[in-house]
Amino acid sequence: MRCVVTIKNIAELLVCDILTCEEPDKEIHTACGSDMMSDVLAFVKDQAVLLTGLMNPQVIRTAEMMDIICIVFVRGKMPHESVIELAKDRGIAVLTTKHRMFEACGLLYSNGLGGGAGH
Amino acid sequence: MNGVSFNFTVPGDDFTRAGEASSAIKNKLKSMGIPPAVVRNVAIAVYEGEINMVIHAPGNGRPGGGIITITVEPEAITMVLEDKGRGIEDVDKAMQEGYTTAADEVRALGFGAGMGLPNMKNYSDEFAITSTVGVGTTVTMKIYLNK
Repeated sequence: MRCVVTIKNIAELLVCDILTCEEPDKEIHTACGSDMMSDVLAFVKDQAVLLTGLMNPQVIRTAEMMDIICIVFVRGKMPHESVIELAKDRGIAVLTTKHRMFEACGLLYSNGLGGGAGH
Repeated sequence: MNGVSFNFTVPGDDFTRAGEASSAIKNKLKSMGIPPAVVRNVAIAVYEGEINMVIHAPGNGRPGGGIITITVEPEAITMVLEDKGRGIEDVDKAMQEGYTTAADEVRALGFGAGMGLPNMKNYSDEFAITSTVGVGTTVTMKIYLNK
């Protein structure tokens, strides 16, 4: 059974700090965890969240091209102000969590968020 | 043929600005009322190409980078990405997933995994690449509007 997960739910599940988020009630349908942007670019998913440890502006650009609506920086990483601004400008939510990548992905998966494979 | 064309310049070397042209192209196509799924495919294909231009067509005292030309026609969107970079020695190899000549610094930035050209081919309906070592590379892609 598919659960409805919102950006707000993700922030709660991963105990995130919200760096920018204009629509916390927006639904998330799939998730993707990667530091390799070309791997992210290989598989289109709708209404997705991207979990990553990479901190450069290309993360936001990649999300923008893919219509990814939310980015979670793992392991307590804090992106540069200009990176947050770029995301804000593009209407992409940015969260940061202290969880490591594996834990963050596991928590989301066990709470009903899939990877979108086969859709 | 009532097509419309526009050009975007991609500066070489400046990784922080890589994606600006693709972003502008995405916004332009959106404003023209092109279906979102098509716009996304064009944006992804062009973005991978733009990253390639920055990685493989550095200025080194020359202009570097390249030019992206987008042509919108009723039946398709054509993207031509032309750079004056170092060129590709073995195009067949470059098309294989995982093959890369990118430096470690590029991989640390999340690219250079040998997925760029294969991704560009996957997202386009027609794909052609020509390259001459020391002269540059031209990638031509087409995405149909009525599939």
